[in-house]
Amino acid sequence: MSEDWIEVGALSDIPKMGARVVSRDTGDIAVFRTADDEIFALRDSCPHKGGPLSQGIVHGKKVACPLHDWKINLDSGVAVAPDEGCSASYPVKLEGETIFLSLTPNEGCPNKD
Amino acid sequence: MKERLIVIGNGMAGMRTVEEILKLDAEAYDITVFGSEPYGNYNRIMLSPVLAGDKTIDEIMINDEQWYVDNDITLHKGKTIVDIDRKARKVIVDDGSEHDYDRLLMATGSNPFMIPLPGHDLEGVIAFRDIHDVDTMIDASKNYKHAVVIGGGLLGLEAANGLMQQGMKVTVLHLVDTLMERQMDSVAGKMLRKSLEERGMEILMPASTKEIAGKDRVEKVILEDGREIDTDLVVMAVGIRPNIELASKVGIHCERGVVVNDTMQTFDPRIYAVGECVQHRGETYGLVAPLFEMAKVCANHLVRHGIGLYEGSVTSTKLKVTGIDLFSAGDFIGDENTEELVFQDASRGVYRKLVIGDNKVKGAVMYGDTIDGSWYFDLMRDETDITDFREKILFGQAHLGDSGHGDENRIAMMADTAEICGCNGITKGDIVQSINVNKLLTLEEVRAHTKASSSCGSCTGLVESLLAHTVGGDYSVAPHLKPLCGCTEHTHDEIRKAIKENNLRSIRATMDFLEWDSEDGCSKCRPALNYYVMCQYPDAESDDSQSRFINERAHANIQKDATYSVIPRMWGGGTTPEELRAIADAADKFKVKTVHVTGGQRIAMYGLTKEELPEIWGDLNGAGLVSGHAYGKALRTVKTCVGKEWCRFGTQDSTQIGIDLEKMTWGSWTPHKFKMAASGCPRNCAEATIKDFGVVCVDSGYELHIGGNGGIKVRATDLLCTVKTDEEVLEYAAAFMQIYREQAHYLERTAPWIERVGLTYVKEQIVDNEEQRKAFAERFLFSQKFAQDDPWEARAKGAEKHEFEPIKQLNA
Repeated sequence: MSEDWIEVGALSDIPKMGARVVSRDTGDIAVFRTADDEIFALRDSCPHKGGPLSQGIVHGKKVACPLHDWKINLDSGVAVAPDEGCSASYPVKLEGETIFLSLTPNEGCPNKD
Repeated sequence: MKERLIVIGNGMAGMRTVEEILKLDAEAYDITVFGSEPYGNYNRIMLSPVLAGDKTIDEIMINDEQWYVDNDITLHKGKTIVDIDRKARKVIVDDGSEHDYDRLLMATGSNPFMIPLPGHDLEGVIAFRDIHDVDTMIDASKNYKHAVVIGGGLLGLEAANGLMQQGMKVTVLHLVDTLMERQMDSVAGKMLRKSLEERGMEILMPASTKEIAGKDRVEKVILEDGREIDTDLVVMAVGIRPNIELASKVGIHCERGVVVNDTMQTFDPRIYAVGECVQHRGETYGLVAPLFEMAKVCANHLVRHGIGLYEGSVTSTKLKVTGIDLFSAGDFIGDENTEELVFQDASRGVYRKLVIGDNKVKGAVMYGDTIDGSWYFDLMRDETDITDFREKILFGQAHLGDSGHGDENRIAMMADTAEICGCNGITKGDIVQSINVNKLLTLEEVRAHTKASSSCGSCTGLVESLLAHTVGGDYSVAPHLKPLCGCTEHTHDEIRKAIKENNLRSIRATMDFLEWDSEDGCSKCRPALNYYVMCQYPDAESDDSQSRFINERAHANIQKDATYSVIPRMWGGGTTPEELRAIADAADKFKVKTVHVTGGQRIAMYGLTKEELPEIWGDLNGAGLVSGHAYGKALRTVKTCVGKEWCRFGTQDSTQIGIDLEKMTWGSWTPHKFKMAASGCPRNCAEATIKDFGVVCVDSGYELHIGGNGGIKVRATDLLCTVKTDEEVLEYAAAFMQIYREQAHYLERTAPWIERVGLTYVKEQIVDNEEQRKAFAERFLFSQKFAQDDPWEARAKGAEKHEFEPIKQLNA
């Protein structure tokens, strides 16, 4: 898996409590930055009706989908109960100030493409 | 090692507290629960429907045994704690075992009061309190014919009704001459008696019991006046007493109940108590709603968040007898300082009485049609001044300009397929099923599980009624004043006050000062705080774009396919050939899928990607077009007709007034969207009387109207006043917008705000008080200095680039 790390940009390119999009023909990936500079990546599509999670309000380790306010956990991609569903999560890492993303989604969520 | 919490009592109050603890901090305690009954936790208020055969025991279980396992809670059912060693901090169980605790929660509930009449210990004489009693009654109904219920209160009548449903002939004996005299006045009591008797119930009152007689089993009841009633079963339902046996035995201070302070702590600081066993500020409670409020506060202190005080509850009651609707709340008898409003329609079997004191609802009793019970209850708890709608109040909320739901508000009569929540397509059947399957007890829970009333909120009243109807009348009502969101205990008004008085100039400062429960808020409180801080300190440059909803962050409306719409401003609804050409050119260039004329006299273009926004804005700017703020909680449009310039009926230049209003107010952020209109004559073609601020020109000047909206619930405006000059129109508009900006809750439109504070109040502030009006207007104009900056222009020139471009483009 280590081969497919790609560089996406600098930490400072993403606002705190915000997100940016890595655009891709096969579906965008949202890269999130929390208030304390943790980085997460999810498929940019809410399990509910496909809303772009990258456009939601980031709070704690969650994002609120802009379409119908479902809350999605950033670390797992799983919707906060009682809502059910998940958005595939992707491995991300920070080396210095640089963000790397792997395009191989983590196991466990059917909502990949 | 984790601290150990032992809960005495496996009933609703104890388990609700445990649930609240788990929600706040699941790791706080090792929890052990002792319950005398051999069951999981069930909804005791639903025993009546079980007895009546409307529900099964399974349906009223709140937490089954798996729930305890799933949450790592040790449950000892069928075991009773007989002693507490407070020094050594351990409890002693009836099986001889001992368990140590760090904190103890007493939720021992209450005991039915058994009158010590001769014969009260005969077989067949029981109370109505738990599943065992219900089983006994159902068994009796299979083998015997006659039952006597002593006590014509809420519980007694529910028991009597249940026994009748099980096929028994039932006689109710009541000491005084009004049924349910603690909940009803004599008129409603008589109506209730009539309909119960029509169902075949025999009611004797006043009737005082002297003796219960029989050999081994009860055979008859003998009254003081000598009458004798043959019976095979006697149910005593004359009241309950807090169960303080254990607490008083171990020396914890008790009066009628276990005495607790506002944090639900007993006189032993390691021991807390909740529910029917407690006495708080001199009151004991036998209803469910207060338990929820107590549980919340108690849990908060047990996990050491230390926020929130229980300040007592205002309760309402409803009788759970199918087909009989009655409701009462507060002081429904009144005294020499109150007045009564009464509505009575004998042939429809409808009765409503409101007790009014100081222009506020003090109490209500209703019979036959109780749909407005929750509304009256809200008015009572919020202490709303009813002066403005007093003449209509008895007819119910549907008569206050609600053309949205109107007569549909008859929840019981609705079919299961009837749609309750139009936003999310949720039917009555969906909600009832979810309430039953998921054991939902509060509005918030119903929202989370079904989404009903979680979008526009207009069906909240219906959902609350449905909840009350499904789980019984005294389901958990919201506490007196609602906190902003789950992240805080503070209300909107408290937060605004703190921001103002403590010079809190950022969201962070506000959260820190008010000790927010969550790290950085949620999608509900952050936008609200952002607005409140910005409104209070317009010059502080405090606007936090990450706390704004996407539409306000991107200055465009997000659509369901994640594209955006673009709506430029057209001042007072006017446009020019150049502007139209620029719009047409932009629509061509960006291959806009839909061009649509909005209801606010503007042109909208749909289907633009986020990356395209800055460029199309630049093109539109070139022709002088600026952002219409159609995406914001902000001043939207000022709709006008052409007025006296063209129209043969026009009395004033309504178009120019509209343009002047829009030039003054554009860019202003408001608690919710804000729309205006100006009509040139009373024919009102610009529909000014359904706007937040409407001007209707008349020959002598201008009528100013406020607080209207179309939308969810149509509300026509209230007339604020009539003025003579254009300058006055502008001053009043500025003052009205500012008082709304400063005092309404975030996401509260002018219509509900005015209904909450009253038209009289608004008039006092900005019509009667000239100095005040000028001060409001001045503050509005001051804040406009910082707000009137076209957001499109800056972004077209490259500001906030990160908002509109991907961080990286793959395979492009």
